[in-house]
Amino acid sequence: MKPAEFYQRDRTSQPPALTPDYKTSVARSPRLAMLSLQGSMSEVTGPTFGHSDIDAIDNDLIRNYAKTGDPVGERIIVHGRVLDENGRGIPNTLVEIWQANAGGRYRHKKDTYLAPIDPNFGGCGRTLTDDQGYYYFRTVKPGAYPWRNWVNNWRPAHIHVSVFGTSFSQRLITQMYFEGDPLIAKCPIVATIPDPRAIDQLIAPLDLNAAIPLDCLAYKFDIILRGRRSTLFENRLEGN
Amino acid sequence: MAQPLNYLNESASQTAGPYVHIGLAPGAAGFDIYRTQLGEDIAGPDAPGERIRVEGVVMDGTGAPVKDVLLEVWQADAAGIYPHAEDPRVADCAPGFRGWGRVITDFDTGLWAFDTVKPGPVMGRNGQMMAPHVSFWLVARGINIGLSTRMYFEDEDNSADPVLNLVEQAPRRETLLARKVSPGLYRFDIRLQGDGETVFLDI
Ligand SMILES: [Fe+2]
Repeated sequence: MKPAEFYQRDRTSQPPALTPDYKTSVARSPRLAMLSLQGSMSEVTGPTFGHSDIDAIDNDLIRNYAKTGDPVGERIIVHGRVLDENGRGIPNTLVEIWQANAGGRYRHKKDTYLAPIDPNFGGCGRTLTDDQGYYYFRTVKPGAYPWRNWVNNWRPAHIHVSVFGTSFSQRLITQMYFEGDPLIAKCPIVATIPDPRAIDQLIAPLDLNAAIPLDCLAYKFDIILRGRRSTLFENRLEGN
Repeated sequence: MAQPLNYLNESASQTAGPYVHIGLAPGAAGFDIYRTQLGEDIAGPDAPGERIRVEGVVMDGTGAPVKDVLLEVWQADAAGIYPHAEDPRVADCAPGFRGWGRVITDFDTGLWAFDTVKPGPVMGRNGQMMAPHVSFWLVARGINIGLSTRMYFEDEDNSADPVLNLVEQAPRRETLLARKVSPGLYRFDIRLQGDGETVFLDI
Protein backbone atom coordinates (compact mmCIF):
# COMPACT_ATOMS: atom_id res chain seq x y z
CA MET A 1 0.00 0.00 0.00
CA LYS A 2 1.33 3.39 -0.95
CA PRO A 3 0.36 6.56 0.90
CA ALA A 4 -2.10 8.71 -1.03
CA GLU A 5 -3.93 11.95 -0.16
CA PHE A 6 -4.58 13.22 3.34
CA TYR A 7 -8.04 12.88 4.80
CA GLN A 8 -10.03 16.02 4.22
CA ARG A 9 -9.78 18.49 7.06
CA ASP A 10 -12.82 18.22 9.33
CA ARG A 11 -14.00 21.82 9.16
CA THR A 12 -16.82 21.11 11.65
CA SER A 13 -14.31 20.80 14.47
CA GLN A 14 -12.00 23.58 13.27
CA PRO A 15 -12.75 27.25 13.97
CA PRO A 16 -14.36 29.11 11.05
CA ALA A 17 -12.59 32.22 9.75
CA LEU A 18 -15.28 34.64 10.93
CA THR A 19 -15.88 34.58 14.70
CA PRO A 20 -17.30 38.01 15.69
CA ASP A 21 -16.67 37.58 19.43
CA TYR A 22 -12.98 37.51 18.55
CA LYS A 23 -13.10 40.96 17.01
CA THR A 24 -9.85 40.92 15.05
CA SER A 25 -11.21 38.06 12.95
CA VAL A 26 -13.96 40.24 11.48
CA ALA A 27 -11.78 42.21 9.04
CA ARG A 28 -9.26 39.40 8.59
CA SER A 29 -11.60 36.59 7.54
CA PRO A 30 -12.21 35.64 3.91
CA ARG A 31 -15.90 35.84 2.97
CA LEU A 32 -15.87 33.70 -0.17
CA ALA A 33 -15.73 29.93 -0.10
CA MET A 34 -12.36 28.24 -0.19
CA LEU A 35 -11.52 26.15 -3.22
CA SER A 36 -11.24 22.51 -2.13
CA LEU A 37 -8.27 20.80 -3.70
CA GLN A 38 -7.38 17.13 -3.89
CA GLY A 39 -3.80 16.69 -2.78
CA SER A 40 -1.12 16.91 -5.47
CA MET A 41 2.65 16.73 -5.11
CA SER A 42 2.65 20.34 -3.88
CA GLU A 43 0.42 19.41 -0.93
CA VAL A 44 1.71 15.95 0.06
CA THR A 45 5.30 17.19 0.32
CA GLY A 46 6.64 19.69 2.83
CA PRO A 47 9.81 20.90 4.52
CA THR A 48 11.95 18.51 6.54
CA PHE A 49 14.27 19.37 9.41
CA GLY A 50 17.24 17.69 11.01
CA HIS A 51 19.37 17.88 14.12
CA SER A 52 21.76 20.25 12.34
CA ASP A 53 18.96 22.85 12.27
CA ILE A 54 18.55 23.11 16.05
CA ASP A 55 20.54 22.72 19.27
CA ALA A 56 19.88 20.34 22.17
CA ILE A 57 19.26 23.23 24.57
CA ASP A 58 16.52 24.69 22.39
CA ASN A 59 13.84 22.61 24.17
CA ASP A 60 14.79 23.85 27.66
CA LEU A 61 13.13 27.22 28.23
CA ILE A 62 14.45 27.30 31.79
CA ARG A 63 18.03 27.38 30.46
CA ASN A 64 17.95 28.58 26.86
CA TYR A 65 17.84 32.28 27.76
CA ALA A 66 19.11 32.18 31.34
CA LYS A 67 21.51 35.06 32.08
CA THR A 68 21.90 35.34 35.86
CA GLY A 69 19.85 32.34 37.07
CA ASP A 70 16.63 30.44 36.42
CA PRO A 71 13.45 32.25 35.35
CA VAL A 72 10.76 32.93 37.95
CA GLY A 73 7.72 30.65 37.94
CA GLU A 74 6.32 27.19 38.43
CA ARG A 75 8.73 24.73 36.83
CA ILE A 76 6.99 22.32 34.44
CA ILE A 77 7.66 19.68 31.82
CA VAL A 78 5.38 19.66 28.77
CA HIS A 79 5.55 16.38 26.93
CA GLY A 80 3.52 14.19 24.59
CA ARG A 81 3.38 12.78 21.11
CA VAL A 82 2.66 14.12 17.66
CA LEU A 83 0.29 11.59 16.08
CA ASP A 84 -1.71 11.41 12.89
CA GLU A 85 -5.42 10.64 12.77
CA ASN A 86 -4.59 6.96 12.28
CA GLY A 87 -2.84 7.03 15.67
CA ARG A 88 0.67 6.67 14.26
CA GLY A 89 3.48 8.69 15.80
CA ILE A 90 5.08 11.22 13.44
CA PRO A 91 8.87 10.99 13.81
CA ASN A 92 11.45 13.75 13.27
CA THR A 93 8.94 16.54 12.95
CA LEU A 94 9.66 20.05 14.17
CA VAL A 95 7.69 21.32 17.18
CA GLU A 96 8.10 24.98 18.10
CA ILE A 97 6.52 26.66 21.14
CA TRP A 98 6.27 30.18 22.50
CA GLN A 99 4.67 31.64 25.60
CA ALA A 100 4.44 34.48 28.08
CA ASN A 101 6.52 34.39 31.26
CA ALA A 102 5.10 33.50 34.69
CA GLY A 103 3.67 37.01 35.01
CA GLY A 104 1.88 36.90 31.66
CA ARG A 105 4.34 39.12 29.76
CA TYR A 106 5.82 38.28 26.35
CA ARG A 107 9.34 39.16 25.32
CA HIS A 108 8.15 41.03 22.22
CA LYS A 109 8.62 44.64 21.26
CA LYS A 110 4.86 44.96 20.69
CA ASP A 111 3.84 43.66 24.15
CA THR A 112 3.28 46.55 26.57
CA TYR A 113 1.51 44.74 29.43
CA LEU A 114 2.60 46.14 32.81
CA ALA A 115 3.88 42.79 34.16
CA PRO A 116 7.69 42.77 34.01
CA ILE A 117 9.95 41.04 31.53
CA ASP A 118 11.91 38.22 33.16
CA PRO A 119 15.61 38.76 32.38
CA ASN A 120 16.17 34.99 32.39
CA PHE A 121 13.27 33.96 30.21
CA GLY A 122 13.09 34.16 26.41
CA GLY A 123 9.81 32.31 26.00
CA CYS A 124 10.45 30.11 22.99
CA GLY A 125 11.66 26.58 22.38
CA ARG A 126 11.87 24.00 19.62
CA THR A 127 12.60 20.32 19.26
CA LEU A 128 12.28 17.37 16.87
CA THR A 129 10.08 14.41 17.76
CA ASP A 130 11.88 11.09 18.24
CA ASP A 131 11.26 7.99 16.14
CA GLN A 132 7.95 7.38 18.01
CA GLY A 133 6.72 10.95 17.62
CA TYR A 134 7.52 11.83 21.23
CA TYR A 135 8.66 15.32 22.30
CA TYR A 136 9.30 17.20 25.53
CA PHE A 137 10.07 20.69 26.75
CA ARG A 138 10.99 22.15 30.12
CA THR A 139 9.66 25.59 30.95
CA VAL A 140 7.78 27.65 33.54
CA LYS A 141 4.02 27.84 33.59
CA PRO A 142 2.90 30.98 31.75
CA GLY A 143 0.67 33.53 33.46
CA ALA A 144 -2.75 34.70 32.30
CA TYR A 145 -2.76 38.11 30.62
CA PRO A 146 -5.30 40.74 29.56
CA TRP A 147 -5.92 41.57 25.91
CA ARG A 148 -7.95 44.13 24.04
CA ASN A 149 -11.19 42.64 22.78
CA TRP A 150 -13.99 43.35 25.23
CA VAL A 151 -12.78 45.66 28.00
CA ASN A 152 -12.03 42.86 30.46
CA ASN A 153 -10.83 39.84 28.46
CA TRP A 154 -8.06 37.66 29.87
CA ARG A 155 -6.33 34.82 28.09
CA PRO A 156 -6.16 31.58 30.04
CA ALA A 157 -2.60 30.39 30.65
CA HIS A 158 -1.48 28.89 27.34
CA ILE A 159 1.50 27.80 25.28
CA HIS A 160 1.45 28.39 21.52
CA VAL A 161 2.45 25.30 19.55
CA SER A 162 3.52 25.06 15.89
CA VAL A 163 3.87 21.66 14.16
CA PHE A 164 4.82 20.60 10.64
CA GLY A 165 4.11 16.89 10.13
CA THR A 166 5.36 15.40 6.88
CA SER A 167 3.47 17.60 4.43
CA PHE A 168 2.55 21.24 3.94
CA SER A 169 -1.13 20.30 4.21
CA GLN A 170 -0.61 19.10 7.81
CA ARG A 171 0.83 22.44 8.94
CA LEU A 172 -0.83 23.48 12.19
CA ILE A 173 -0.57 26.15 14.85
CA THR A 174 -2.60 25.75 18.01
CA GLN A 175 -2.51 26.56 21.74
CA MET A 176 -2.16 24.29 24.75
CA TYR A 177 -4.25 25.09 27.83
CA PHE A 178 -3.89 23.82 31.39
CA GLU A 179 -6.36 21.52 33.15
CA GLY A 180 -8.53 23.28 35.68
CA ASP A 181 -8.08 26.86 34.44
CA PRO A 182 -11.41 28.72 34.90
CA LEU A 183 -10.43 31.27 32.22
CA ILE A 184 -10.70 28.64 29.46
CA ALA A 185 -14.49 28.82 29.56
CA LYS A 186 -14.42 32.65 29.39
CA CYS A 187 -12.08 33.06 26.43
CA PRO A 188 -13.43 34.26 23.05
CA ILE A 189 -10.40 32.76 21.28
CA VAL A 190 -11.02 29.32 22.78
CA ALA A 191 -14.69 29.78 21.87
CA THR A 192 -13.83 30.11 18.17
CA ILE A 193 -13.71 26.29 18.22
CA PRO A 194 -17.27 25.07 17.60
CA ASP A 195 -16.92 21.55 19.03
CA PRO A 196 -16.53 21.17 22.83
CA ARG A 197 -14.68 17.88 22.38
CA ALA A 198 -12.15 19.66 20.18
CA ILE A 199 -11.65 22.23 22.95
CA ASP A 200 -11.08 19.46 25.51
CA GLN A 201 -8.43 18.05 23.20
CA LEU A 202 -6.39 21.26 23.65
CA ILE A 203 -6.39 21.06 27.48
CA ALA A 204 -3.31 19.33 28.87
CA PRO A 205 -3.91 17.26 32.02
CA LEU A 206 -1.56 17.35 34.97
CA ASP A 207 0.66 14.28 34.59
CA LEU A 208 2.03 13.58 38.04
CA ASN A 209 3.74 10.40 36.86
CA ALA A 210 5.95 12.47 34.60
CA ALA A 211 6.71 15.07 37.26
CA ILE A 212 10.19 15.05 38.81
CA PRO A 213 9.91 14.81 42.61
CA LEU A 214 11.16 17.93 44.43
CA ASP A 215 11.89 19.57 41.05
CA CYS A 216 9.05 20.16 38.62
CA LEU A 217 5.47 19.27 37.62
CA ALA A 218 4.43 17.87 34.24
CA TYR A 219 1.58 18.28 31.77
CA LYS A 220 0.88 15.92 28.88
CA PHE A 221 -0.14 17.25 25.50
CA ASP A 222 -0.66 15.07 22.44
CA ILE A 223 -0.98 16.85 19.11
CA ILE A 224 -2.98 15.22 16.32
CA LEU A 225 -2.26 16.04 12.68
CA ARG A 226 -4.27 14.97 9.67
CA GLY A 227 -4.15 11.31 8.71
CA ARG A 228 -3.63 9.85 5.32
CA ARG A 229 -5.27 7.38 3.03
CA SER A 230 -3.43 4.39 1.60
CA THR A 231 -3.70 3.47 -2.05
CA LEU A 232 -5.69 0.22 -2.03
CA PHE A 233 -6.49 0.31 -5.73
CA GLU A 234 -4.56 2.27 -8.32
CA ASN A 235 -6.51 5.39 -9.21
CA ARG A 236 -4.24 7.17 -11.64
CA LEU A 237 -2.40 9.36 -9.17
CA GLU A 238 0.71 9.51 -11.34
CA GLY A 239 2.99 12.21 -10.15
CA ASN A 240 1.91 11.77 -6.55
CA MET B 1 -24.78 0.73 16.88
CA ALA B 2 -22.06 0.04 14.35
CA GLN B 3 -18.47 -0.67 15.26
CA PRO B 4 -16.45 2.38 16.28
CA LEU B 5 -13.94 3.63 13.70
CA ASN B 6 -11.41 4.81 16.28
CA TYR B 7 -9.81 7.50 14.18
CA LEU B 8 -8.28 10.37 16.10
CA ASN B 9 -9.36 13.91 15.22
CA GLU B 10 -6.99 16.60 14.06
CA SER B 11 -6.25 19.06 16.87
CA ALA B 12 -8.18 22.28 16.51
CA SER B 13 -6.24 25.28 15.26
CA GLN B 14 -5.92 28.45 17.33
CA THR B 15 -4.72 31.81 16.12
CA ALA B 16 -0.96 32.35 16.04
CA GLY B 17 -1.66 35.66 17.80
CA PRO B 18 0.35 38.87 17.70
CA TYR B 19 3.51 37.36 19.18
CA VAL B 20 4.05 34.53 16.70
CA HIS B 21 7.51 35.93 15.98
CA ILE B 22 8.77 34.95 19.44
CA GLY B 23 8.33 31.32 18.53
CA LEU B 24 9.01 31.25 14.82
CA ALA B 25 11.31 34.22 14.18
CA PRO B 26 12.64 35.55 17.51
CA GLY B 27 14.99 37.94 15.72
CA ALA B 28 11.94 39.83 14.48
CA ALA B 29 10.49 39.90 18.02
CA GLY B 30 13.65 41.74 19.06
CA PHE B 31 15.90 39.17 20.70
CA ASP B 32 18.63 36.73 19.90
CA ILE B 33 18.27 33.20 21.25
CA TYR B 34 18.88 30.47 18.65
CA ARG B 35 22.05 29.68 16.74
CA THR B 36 20.04 29.57 13.52
CA GLN B 37 16.73 31.12 12.57
CA LEU B 38 14.83 28.71 10.32
CA GLY B 39 13.42 29.51 6.90
CA GLU B 40 15.67 32.43 5.98
CA ASP B 41 17.27 30.84 2.92
CA ILE B 42 14.88 29.08 0.55
CA ALA B 43 17.07 28.16 -2.39
CA GLY B 44 20.61 28.14 -0.99
CA PRO B 45 23.57 29.66 -2.85
CA ASP B 46 24.15 26.93 -5.42
CA ALA B 47 20.73 26.02 -6.82
CA PRO B 48 20.49 26.69 -10.55
CA GLY B 49 17.66 28.77 -11.98
CA GLU B 50 16.50 32.35 -12.28
CA ARG B 51 17.08 34.26 -9.05
CA ILE B 52 13.96 36.25 -8.18
CA ARG B 53 12.57 38.39 -5.41
CA VAL B 54 8.87 38.36 -4.54
CA GLU B 55 7.35 41.14 -2.49
CA GLY B 56 3.88 42.12 -1.42
CA VAL B 57 1.45 43.11 1.27
CA VAL B 58 -1.40 41.22 2.92
CA MET B 59 -4.47 43.45 3.22
CA ASP B 60 -7.48 43.10 5.48
CA GLY B 61 -11.12 43.78 4.56
CA THR B 62 -10.67 47.54 5.03
CA GLY B 63 -7.67 47.62 2.68
CA ALA B 64 -5.22 48.17 5.53
CA PRO B 65 -1.96 46.20 5.53
CA VAL B 66 -1.80 43.29 7.99
CA LYS B 67 1.45 44.27 9.66
CA ASP B 68 1.78 41.29 11.98
CA VAL B 69 1.18 38.49 9.46
CA LEU B 70 3.70 35.67 9.13
CA LEU B 71 3.91 33.76 5.86
CA GLU B 72 5.49 30.45 4.97
CA VAL B 73 6.22 29.39 1.41
CA TRP B 74 6.93 25.98 -0.11
CA GLN B 75 8.09 25.43 -3.67
CA ALA B 76 9.90 23.11 -6.07
CA ASP B 77 13.33 23.89 -7.53
CA ALA B 78 13.89 25.24 -11.04
CA ALA B 79 13.47 21.73 -12.47
CA GLY B 80 10.14 21.26 -10.65
CA ILE B 81 11.55 18.89 -8.01
CA TYR B 82 10.61 19.05 -4.32
CA PRO B 83 13.30 18.27 -1.71
CA HIS B 84 11.08 15.60 -0.17
CA ALA B 85 11.22 11.81 -0.17
CA GLU B 86 7.88 11.50 -1.95
CA ASP B 87 9.03 13.32 -5.05
CA PRO B 88 10.17 10.48 -7.34
CA ARG B 89 12.92 12.75 -8.71
CA VAL B 90 14.18 13.88 -5.28
CA ALA B 91 17.68 12.51 -5.95
CA ASP B 92 18.05 15.15 -8.66
CA CYS B 93 16.88 18.09 -6.53
CA ALA B 94 19.24 21.09 -6.65
CA PRO B 95 22.07 20.94 -4.06
CA GLY B 96 21.32 22.92 -0.93
CA PHE B 97 17.75 23.68 -2.04
CA ARG B 98 15.32 23.70 0.94
CA GLY B 99 12.20 24.91 -0.82
CA TRP B 100 10.73 26.37 2.35
CA GLY B 101 10.86 29.85 3.75
CA ARG B 102 9.47 31.94 6.54
CA VAL B 103 8.59 35.48 5.56
CA ILE B 104 8.29 38.33 8.05
CA THR B 105 6.73 41.72 7.38
CA ASP B 106 8.11 45.13 8.15
CA PHE B 107 6.10 45.95 11.30
CA ASP B 108 5.63 49.58 10.19
CA THR B 109 4.45 49.03 6.63
CA GLY B 110 3.39 45.39 6.36
CA LEU B 111 5.64 44.92 3.32
CA TRP B 112 7.28 41.52 3.00
CA ALA B 113 9.76 40.08 0.52
CA PHE B 114 11.69 36.89 -0.08
CA ASP B 115 14.47 35.77 -2.40
CA THR B 116 14.43 32.44 -4.16
CA VAL B 117 14.77 30.77 -7.54
CA LYS B 118 11.79 30.60 -9.84
CA PRO B 119 10.23 27.12 -9.55
CA GLY B 120 9.73 24.86 -12.54
CA PRO B 121 6.46 23.19 -13.54
CA VAL B 122 5.43 20.28 -11.31
CA MET B 123 3.66 17.06 -12.27
CA GLY B 124 0.10 17.21 -10.94
CA ARG B 125 -2.62 14.63 -10.57
CA ASN B 126 -3.51 12.33 -13.45
CA GLY B 127 -0.40 13.32 -15.38
CA GLN B 128 -1.48 16.96 -15.79
CA MET B 129 1.40 19.41 -15.46
CA MET B 130 0.96 22.30 -13.03
CA ALA B 131 2.37 25.68 -14.03
CA PRO B 132 5.22 27.02 -11.85
CA HIS B 133 3.84 28.05 -8.48
CA VAL B 134 4.73 28.69 -4.85
CA SER B 135 2.45 27.44 -2.05
CA PHE B 136 1.68 30.01 0.66
CA TRP B 137 0.45 29.59 4.24
CA LEU B 138 -0.50 32.66 6.30
CA VAL B 139 -1.04 33.09 10.01
CA ALA B 140 -1.72 36.17 12.12
CA ARG B 141 -3.72 37.55 14.98
CA GLY B 142 -7.37 37.33 13.92
CA ILE B 143 -6.75 34.36 11.59
CA ASN B 144 -8.17 31.32 13.40
CA ILE B 145 -6.71 28.69 11.11
CA GLY B 146 -3.79 29.14 8.71
CA LEU B 147 -4.86 30.23 5.22
CA SER B 148 -3.45 28.39 2.21
CA THR B 149 -3.11 29.76 -1.30
CA ARG B 150 -0.81 29.53 -4.31
CA MET B 151 1.16 32.12 -6.24
CA TYR B 152 1.60 31.69 -10.00
CA PHE B 153 3.59 33.93 -12.34
CA GLU B 154 1.89 36.19 -14.91
CA ASP B 155 4.75 35.68 -17.38
CA GLU B 156 4.33 31.88 -17.50
CA ASP B 157 1.84 29.88 -19.56
CA ASN B 158 -0.85 29.18 -16.97
CA SER B 159 -3.60 28.26 -19.44
CA ALA B 160 -3.58 24.52 -18.76
CA ASP B 161 -2.99 24.64 -15.03
CA PRO B 162 -5.47 22.23 -13.39
CA VAL B 163 -5.78 24.25 -10.17
CA LEU B 164 -6.27 27.69 -11.74
CA ASN B 165 -8.85 26.16 -14.05
CA LEU B 166 -10.83 24.91 -11.05
CA VAL B 167 -11.59 28.51 -10.06
CA GLU B 168 -15.11 28.95 -11.35
CA GLN B 169 -15.05 32.71 -11.88
CA ALA B 170 -12.22 33.31 -14.35
CA PRO B 171 -11.42 36.87 -13.12
CA ARG B 172 -10.70 35.49 -9.64
CA ARG B 173 -7.77 33.49 -11.09
CA GLU B 174 -5.97 36.83 -11.39
CA THR B 175 -5.75 36.96 -7.58
CA LEU B 176 -3.27 34.08 -7.75
CA LEU B 177 -0.90 35.72 -10.27
CA ALA B 178 2.27 37.55 -9.26
CA ARG B 179 2.88 40.66 -11.40
CA LYS B 180 6.27 41.20 -12.96
CA VAL B 181 7.55 44.58 -11.75
CA SER B 182 11.00 44.45 -13.34
CA PRO B 183 13.43 41.69 -14.34
CA GLY B 184 13.73 39.38 -11.35
CA LEU B 185 11.14 41.21 -9.23
CA TYR B 186 7.54 40.10 -8.73
CA ARG B 187 4.70 41.62 -6.73
CA PHE B 188 2.06 39.45 -5.05
CA ASP B 189 -0.52 41.16 -2.86
CA ILE B 190 -2.98 39.07 -0.88
CA ARG B 191 -6.45 40.36 0.01
CA LEU B 192 -8.09 38.59 2.92
CA GLN B 193 -11.54 39.98 2.23
CA GLY B 194 -13.59 42.30 0.03
CA ASP B 195 -12.85 43.51 -3.52
CA GLY B 196 -10.38 41.20 -5.18
CA GLU B 197 -10.44 38.70 -2.33
CA THR B 198 -7.66 36.16 -2.91
CA VAL B 199 -8.71 32.62 -3.71
CA PHE B 200 -7.85 30.53 -0.65
CA LEU B 201 -7.47 26.78 -0.89
CA ASP B 202 -8.78 24.04 1.37
CA ILE B 203 -5.91 21.66 0.74
FE1 LIG C 1 -0.57 34.12 23.65
